[in-house]
Amino acid sequence: MSLWTLWYRLTSPKDFTYVASACIPWLTVSCLLCLAYGLFASLYLAPADYQQGDAFRIIYVHVPCAFVSLLIYGALTIAALTSLVWRVKLANVFVDAAAPTGAALTLLALVTGSLWGKPMWGTWWIWDARLTSELLLLFIYCGIMALKNAFPDKRQGNVFKNTFVLIGSVNLPIIHYSVAWWNTLHQGSTFKLLGPSKIAPAMSQPLTVMLLAFCLYAALVILLNMRNAVLLECHRARWVGTWLTKRDS
Amino acid sequence: MTFFSWLSMGGYAAYVWPAFGIVFSVLAYNGVNAYRNYRAILKQLRLSYETSHAPHS
Repeated sequence: MSLWTLWYRLTSPKDFTYVASACIPWLTVSCLLCLAYGLFASLYLAPADYQQGDAFRIIYVHVPCAFVSLLIYGALTIAALTSLVWRVKLANVFVDAAAPTGAALTLLALVTGSLWGKPMWGTWWIWDARLTSELLLLFIYCGIMALKNAFPDKRQGNVFKNTFVLIGSVNLPIIHYSVAWWNTLHQGSTFKLLGPSKIAPAMSQPLTVMLLAFCLYAALVILLNMRNAVLLECHRARWVGTWLTKRDS
Repeated sequence: MTFFSWLSMGGYAAYVWPAFGIVFSVLAYNGVNAYRNYRAILKQLRLSYETSHAPHS
């Protein structure tokens, strides 16, 4: 099977439903396992920081939330472009399904950052470049969700929404480089996926597991939401009946 | 380390536990909600599928 045929098949609602249904149980189990170990390691195994004490443990939820919120937006940008250029319907379904998850994780990154900022910086909030650009990301996510049903003509609405996603992607490098471009209160990146991290292995290992757990979680919830949307949209299609019978048997 | 000293998180319990609590409550709610929606859709699909394929009396 050529790559093009594989792509064509995976973007058909029918094949997507079958593939998603096969992936969901595996994703659930691996996500729960990673979360269980990640929680144990981050709250018990990791040593306390020499300066921040146990308050530093907030990093284990704060960084994964922030990282995945950006990752989802990156995927959203690719999906929006795919939808605008090639009119792939499933790309649109992805944008609608992933935006709420991205918004929830952005909000959680802001809340956990605030809970970390109070004991370390002495303030819940400051209009610092990193914090402000992440807040802007939350507003952009809310905008995408609001645009979902804002137009009577769905096709026109989708074009508008996907263009909005593309414009919003300008914020991604701003968030990432905000700590380098401006002299901010928010610390620079301590953990790097590529290259050496500025964090001890005993502390970075739980963080890696938590990052993986949050990525798996995002993939799982987005797939669940996408499958729901596809089933609702195609409920009259013959393949849905076949899929249902196969599933129940 | 005793259980209570672990629970006190070196005096930062008021910040660490809410952070973990809020994150996992929201994640669990989102996950369970998506699955519950799926169950509801399945129920609706089965119902419409059965009525459209019901034998004529």
